[in-house]
Amino acid sequence: MSTLVSAQASQGRSSSGFRLAMLLPGALVTFLLILFALALVIFLAFRANDGSLLGNGFSIANFTTVLSDPLYWTVTLRSLVIAGLVTLATVVTAYPVAYYLAFHAGRRRGLLLFLVTLPFWTSYLLRVFAWKIVLAYNGVLNSALIETGIWSEPTLAFLNTPAAVVVTLAHAYAPFAILPIYVALDTIPKSLLEAASDLGARPFTAFRRVVLPNSMPGVLAAALVVFVPTVGDYVTPAMVGGPASTMIGTLIQSQFGKANDWPFGAALSVCVMLVILLVVLVARGADRRFGSRT
Amino acid sequence: MNAQRASTKQDGRWLGLYVLAYLVFLYLPVLLIPLFSFNDSIQAAFPLQGFTLQWYATLYGNPALSGALANSLVIGAIAASGATLCGITVSYMDLYGRSPLAATISAIARLPILIPGVIVGISLLILVNLIGLGPSRVAIVLGHILVALPTTVVVMRSRFAAIPRTVREAALDLGASDWTTFRRVMLPLSAPAVLSAFMLAFLISFDEFIVVFFLAGTEPTLPLYIWSQLRFPRSLPTVMALGTVILAVSFIIAGTAEILRHRGLGAARRSPA
Repeated sequence: MSTLVSAQASQGRSSSGFRLAMLLPGALVTFLLILFALALVIFLAFRANDGSLLGNGFSIANFTTVLSDPLYWTVTLRSLVIAGLVTLATVVTAYPVAYYLAFHAGRRRGLLLFLVTLPFWTSYLLRVFAWKIVLAYNGVLNSALIETGIWSEPTLAFLNTPAAVVVTLAHAYAPFAILPIYVALDTIPKSLLEAASDLGARPFTAFRRVVLPNSMPGVLAAALVVFVPTVGDYVTPAMVGGPASTMIGTLIQSQFGKANDWPFGAALSVCVMLVILLVVLVARGADRRFGSRT
Repeated sequence: MNAQRASTKQDGRWLGLYVLAYLVFLYLPVLLIPLFSFNDSIQAAFPLQGFTLQWYATLYGNPALSGALANSLVIGAIAASGATLCGITVSYMDLYGRSPLAATISAIARLPILIPGVIVGISLLILVNLIGLGPSRVAIVLGHILVALPTTVVVMRSRFAAIPRTVREAALDLGASDWTTFRRVMLPLSAPAVLSAFMLAFLISFDEFIVVFFLAGTEPTLPLYIWSQLRFPRSLPTVMALGTVILAVSFIIAGTAEILRHRGLGAARRSPA
């Protein structure tokens, strides 16, 4: 009896030690590197810049500047439009691919899934760089058009435009959109499609009334994972966008670099996070409205 | 019914063509980098000027490049180890810890997906300056653990979830402690996924640019070296040769990680039957 009790006690002890050891790495990273670091950004956003690390005093001047200067409205609007177009383009082009993977791929499914996710694991910088050499004045696209006789003069119209940013970002984040849509389509019970067709729905009606609503959660998840990184991107505008494509990420980056106004950069970051929060809430509302699985 | 089936097949064929075109769009721009890395011209333009390996030769004996490479390898290995350790523990406790704290940690660990990289970068920059570390290799390791964490958590969580619960319960019933069950039963059963998570985390760190831009001190990583070279048109062919090597290595590592993840999963489902 006593040995049993002591065995239980020692198991209980090792168990709490085990729990502590197992929770510690994750707790350190999530609470210190994520939550505390984000709290620092919010704290800094309400400070005045005096050149020191954490600024000085309490002030909402950073936010009044952001809200009153039309420059920030323009750049934020531009970032939203660019990220919105990129999201729309990636989701719309990815949907048929995910549909094919879920319903038509058959034995090729594993290979195709691997092929569409592989670019995800290659360097983002190199994918953007590839577009720079494609779109440049003396680059691949111009020289190919002249070589084939479609164009007689190289054009500057490709590089350093917001359109170049949209195309490059849409290409860079294309693999992000396929997987969530595919997962949503793949979990639709096949009996649902059979029922639709048995009840006389034509293929397009079945798609519009059964498949599309049931895949909406995946579509919204895909839209979110494309929208979030693109709205804050600063690399692509710098590489292929030119001055007319400055995005909000570019402004944040310069506040922590050349402009050297960390509190103001923190305030811009807080605004971006609020915008993303708003988009997440709207997406969640849309999910509830259109994505009902009843 | 037959007519409908025939029309679905027709749809499948058109969709198949579309998927093919999509894959071409996905790969063509990236594959231009290897193509022009062998081209005997400083411009990346048509027509091709003939085959050369001279750009690959410029990769040798470049101390700035080899320094950046060594940096990237060391940082990638350490950050991947940290991210994998966190991925294993966070997902294991999320599934079996039965505590709200473990579930909270797991939810926060996947939060970086909803934060743009530039904000992750500046928040860590403020943090490392506050704790006196400053931009440094340690700061980069911390940043890359964070960036790779959602991936390692997702990979390990799906792996642990695929192991039948009865396996763990049997070990506990037979008197194994929590620690022994974890170390001798659950971890060996998920070994392929651990390796897969490590490799993917390494790739993420090795290729990462957006966050590292804020956290690097005087010693750049490979993507930062590439970024610094992009300003000089003369060094573009060298960047393309370097990019080709990086792409090849990335494809190989990602492919191996993918194979490991699936092979292991089949074995875990079969073994208890």
